[in-house]
Amino acid sequence: MTNWTIDGVKESLAAKKISARELAAEHYSRIAASKNLNAYLALSEERAFAQADRVDAMIATGKPLPPLAGVPIALKDVLSTRGVPTTCGSKILENYIPPYDATAVARLEAAGAVLLGKTNCDEFAMGSSNENSAYGPVLNPEATDRIPGGSSGGSAAAVAAGLAVASLGTDTGGSIRQPGAMCGVPAMMGSYGRVSRYGLIAFASSLDRIGPFANNVRDVATVLQVIAGRDPNDSTSTTAPVPDYRAELAKPVAGLRIGIPKQYYGAGMHTGVRKNIEAGLAVLKTLGCRLIDIEMPHTDYAIAVYYIIATAEASSNLARYDGVRFGLRVSDDSLLAMYRKTRGAGFGAEVKRRIVLGTYVLSAGYYDAYYLKGQKVRALIAQDFRDAFAKVDAIVTPTSPVPAFKLGERTNDPLQMYLADIYTVTGSLAGIPGISVPCGKVDGKLPVGLQIFGPAFGEARVLQLAHAFEQAGGAKV
Amino acid sequence: MKITREDVLRVAELAYLDLSETELETYRKQVDEILEYIGKLNELDTSTVEPMAQVLTDDQTADATLREDIEVPCHGAAELLKQAPDPEPPYFRVPKVIER
Repeated sequence: MTNWTIDGVKESLAAKKISARELAAEHYSRIAASKNLNAYLALSEERAFAQADRVDAMIATGKPLPPLAGVPIALKDVLSTRGVPTTCGSKILENYIPPYDATAVARLEAAGAVLLGKTNCDEFAMGSSNENSAYGPVLNPEATDRIPGGSSGGSAAAVAAGLAVASLGTDTGGSIRQPGAMCGVPAMMGSYGRVSRYGLIAFASSLDRIGPFANNVRDVATVLQVIAGRDPNDSTSTTAPVPDYRAELAKPVAGLRIGIPKQYYGAGMHTGVRKNIEAGLAVLKTLGCRLIDIEMPHTDYAIAVYYIIATAEASSNLARYDGVRFGLRVSDDSLLAMYRKTRGAGFGAEVKRRIVLGTYVLSAGYYDAYYLKGQKVRALIAQDFRDAFAKVDAIVTPTSPVPAFKLGERTNDPLQMYLADIYTVTGSLAGIPGISVPCGKVDGKLPVGLQIFGPAFGEARVLQLAHAFEQAGGAKV
Repeated sequence: MKITREDVLRVAELAYLDLSETELETYRKQVDEILEYIGKLNELDTSTVEPMAQVLTDDQTADATLREDIEVPCHGAAELLKQAPDPEPPYFRVPKVIER
């Protein structure tokens, strides 16, 4: 069973080898056969088949087809979908059905996409292994005794296992790129402000971004193209023009200067990951790229900064779950006790831990020592990137220091779990675009991801490099 | 030790979050360990650094000014109320707030 690509869907639909309805049905039977992966939390069959029928009608009348016509796509369960349950992987939103679509979701559907359903994730996107979902972990399709990465584990696994042609995830500290790396599929976050977040249920507003997973970089570009661009409903979405990413893919990469920051290649990297990344760098050289050693002196502080800022913002964003307007309520005669009981019962362990930490760093007497300090060091990390991009066109690092670990291996040690994001959080803090592209496998089994960062709004360059790397066959160890 | 049991209790109170005895102790220990780790930020002198309060620069933000105040239809109240745990259309019902 091979995975479909967007171009493959386009050709097969045009040649009438398959209908959009049949393609959707094929994906639903694949999903049913792979239930053990736990990749999906809800299926939206009615909506999907209605859309597939609209696409088939367009094909029958010979109308020009939009860019994602008939393409089956999965959505991380933090994205609001009209009429389809949206739980954020949490018990507190177990029965929540949004009355509207997120802008990214609406744009996919307007471009002809068939929305299959909602994918499993860490609760409120907080986690690096998908083990924080209230609905059980997702299994890695490449090795089912292992985690798929997180927090967008379901979106990564769905694409890797052929249960969707593409998917959307969200990335706050690495939650698109890291599961993409661990499941062996390209996965991208655009610049902060590139994709509207209207309808994305917020975790950390200065960090959250929406982005695609797909089976190749061209498809990633196609999906990003559809969802990118200004949206009046999100004041943080920018008016900066969206280039034609697919047209940019073919541009030559020879002569590009690639920064290799030594802080990302130190101790702590798994030897199998290192071997594959080194092979990946050799491929970039054969493509004519110039590898340049650079310094990113504040890299080592990124996790500390991230867990101040992300938890502070989360403690504020999650204040809305109070048992009044939506979601769970645990009754009590007193209003305040109702809040406390509802939140105590509705949130899982990691979410509560982060609310405690986030409330603490914002509380009177600690604000300057933690939150303000964090914002200052964040500025230094962003400056590291600006300095680097004055000298290089892109920065290449491993996506994750380790390949997918075993289920349960790190659940008792939150700090160890946080350190899995060490190479991805920097780009999140700086607001720049980043992609993870498959770069071989450890022992021929566990996928490794190569991360490419570009300057803010340099998505086209990042995609070009990733595409050239993929076309060159990626890393071979 | 950076954080005490009383600190966790105070924070849980601020966040309206019921925690069990076991949770209190587990989070105290884990958050303490994380705060120890975060303490490494003090190695850096940031006395002259401006905090990063915005991700986008001014020229990247679309509307620093306010939009026109135009009335647009909102999602139907009936549909929104359907999501409430205890609706009393057109209101959300909550336990008594003011004691007589």
